[in-house]
Amino acid sequence: MDEVTRGKGKPNPAFSHLVENEKDKRKPSPREQQWEEKTLKPSLARSPERAAEFTTISDHPIRRLYTPADLADWDDERDLGFPGEPPYTRGIHATMYRGRLWTMRQFAGFGAAEDTNRRFRYLLAQGQTGLSVAFDLPTLMGYDSDHALSEGEVGKCGVAISSLADMEVLFDQIPLADVTTSMTINSPAAVIWAMYLAVAEKQGADWKKISGTLQNDILKEYVAQKEYIYPPEPSMRLVIDTFEFCTRHTPKYNVISISGYHIREAGSTAIQELAFTLRDGIEYVEWGIRRGLDVDEFVPRLSFFFNAHSDFFEEIAKYRAARRIWYKTMRERFGAKTERACTLRFHTQTAGCSLTAQQPYNNVVRTAIQALAAVLGGTQSLHTNSLDEAWALPTEFAATLALRTQQIIAHESSVTNTVDPLGGSYFVETLTNEVERAAWDYIEKIDALGGMVAAIDCSYPQREIAEASYQYQMAVDRKEKIVVGVNEFTAEEKPIEILHIDETVALRQAERLRKLRAERSSDEVERRLAALRKAAEGTENLMPYIYEAVKAYATLGEICDAMRAVFGTYEEVAIT
Amino acid sequence: MTEKKIRVLVAKPGLDGHDRGVKIIARALRDAGMEVIYTGLRQTPEMIAAAAEQEDVDVIGLSILSGAHNTLCARLMELLREKGMQDVLVLLGGTIPDVDAPGLKQMGIAEIFLPGTSTQEIVNFVRERAGQKA
Repeated sequence: MDEVTRGKGKPNPAFSHLVENEKDKRKPSPREQQWEEKTLKPSLARSPERAAEFTTISDHPIRRLYTPADLADWDDERDLGFPGEPPYTRGIHATMYRGRLWTMRQFAGFGAAEDTNRRFRYLLAQGQTGLSVAFDLPTLMGYDSDHALSEGEVGKCGVAISSLADMEVLFDQIPLADVTTSMTINSPAAVIWAMYLAVAEKQGADWKKISGTLQNDILKEYVAQKEYIYPPEPSMRLVIDTFEFCTRHTPKYNVISISGYHIREAGSTAIQELAFTLRDGIEYVEWGIRRGLDVDEFVPRLSFFFNAHSDFFEEIAKYRAARRIWYKTMRERFGAKTERACTLRFHTQTAGCSLTAQQPYNNVVRTAIQALAAVLGGTQSLHTNSLDEAWALPTEFAATLALRTQQIIAHESSVTNTVDPLGGSYFVETLTNEVERAAWDYIEKIDALGGMVAAIDCSYPQREIAEASYQYQMAVDRKEKIVVGVNEFTAEEKPIEILHIDETVALRQAERLRKLRAERSSDEVERRLAALRKAAEGTENLMPYIYEAVKAYATLGEICDAMRAVFGTYEEVAIT
Repeated sequence: MTEKKIRVLVAKPGLDGHDRGVKIIARALRDAGMEVIYTGLRQTPEMIAAAAEQEDVDVIGLSILSGAHNTLCARLMELLREKGMQDVLVLLGGTIPDVDAPGLKQMGIAEIFLPGTSTQEIVNFVRERAGQKA
């Protein structure tokens, strides 16, 4: 390709004011000015740079060189601090990975419960340290496997779970007292969590001691992933019901994972991912306070989940800025007193949207770079994607290689030897400042719209993301942004081996549901569902009602239907 | 005499909510001068066939990233046959394994576009294959 055309795309206008301000304020030292005259100018005269402007993958402008002049207003005590201390820029623990490595938590789920149970036990045997459940689309949308809309979808992009009976099989021989489990479920999160708690109870695990994470982040569903059932208001009520229940009964459980991951996958920039996610976090805190919950009690149960995309330093800056913004928000906006309420803990997953169907082995390299950014950014847990995921769910071989990638970073790269190794870098600190400032601008904009639910109602974040996603695609189409093996360095290639899920899963599930409905007490189920419906019409916390319905083996679809009858369903205004 | 605009229905069949791709395609086809109707999320094959008939489209573009493509495409193609709409050009995009491609083409899917396809490639394909008929 023509080198000159690369990077010619205009920088995002959203940041132009920022660059201008920076230029005005920036006062290079006499020594730096001397370098520009004596060394830089002749060098540029001899050989010009590859592009007129350099930007991150999110179109954030990047300077040639960062020096102390970029950090004139920066105060290392105030802006950097020490690890485990405010503003937590350097990480939330004093010793970070010298003390304990991040949790290697590979997201897995396919077929029926017994298929995924087998994969889980394999991953644990390979040294994985936590579990993470992917559910299939019918489960995510609150339909049983035998529902008409489930046809063709059962067990395809995750495991099919229609009742407590399936959940019992999913965790067979996996001690929930010892293993922490993350569950990627949102709209029906309360129901799936109730099933998990019921299995824990049956295994004799103490609810006060069990830990794990429920995604339970409904706001980003309206914004990005679109797996919603009910309208925002009743959905938020359900989320706050789980907060309240968690604070009382499962004090070690992470009841929500406020997710930027899906926002980024939907095509947002890094700054939009950060800003919308933290503004979602603010929204949950506000709703929790309105319920009468104490921020120092419930906010420590909130966790975050970010994407790790390919722009290495932009991602690291994003994680560092995230901790600082959350600290300031909790302290200044909500008056939190405890350290736990002010520290942002997060999970990271490498960017699925960066994986290419072309030359899939290149994805191993992409994932390794992204994972390294997450580690240098101080993540608490990490999922690394498999090389074959632009084609299908990963094979066992691909999933193992993805786990090995993390193990190599953890045990061979030595980046874990010191805390926040990039702290104090002129570039990383400047980028952290810029990302933080741009995120505050978005947060203020959403505040002005009346909060995140109001912003969703007027499609503000949806529109911002759709625009960013389109601009990125156009830049790729014009080869202003290079994707190796896709728009440059292409080659003829042979298909790779992939995982195939057949339709027998759906048949097995349908048979299991038929048997379940025949064997359970239908009187009991009816009674529990009627009680849930009645409670949904009022204002009581729904968790105890959902829990009782689950234990009576009411199915996921039946429980969600009981609430659909009261809450109605949501249809979005499609933005194209 | 002005040329008749190519009419395209872009649709998300099944439960899949991943709409990044479908929105980009809708906008790119519209920017290329076509008449684009987007169904929104979670459409059954029945809803898509009915919308295609009612809107009298030349092209249906399906986006499926959930792995349910074999079932959903088979049903849609059957409905189009029943309605006598075999002349509508049906395209599919998404995470579609190589091994499924021959079966899908046999059903009558004209082309499968994988992740990484440029919007221009899709625009060109639609113009070439649906341009004359419109």
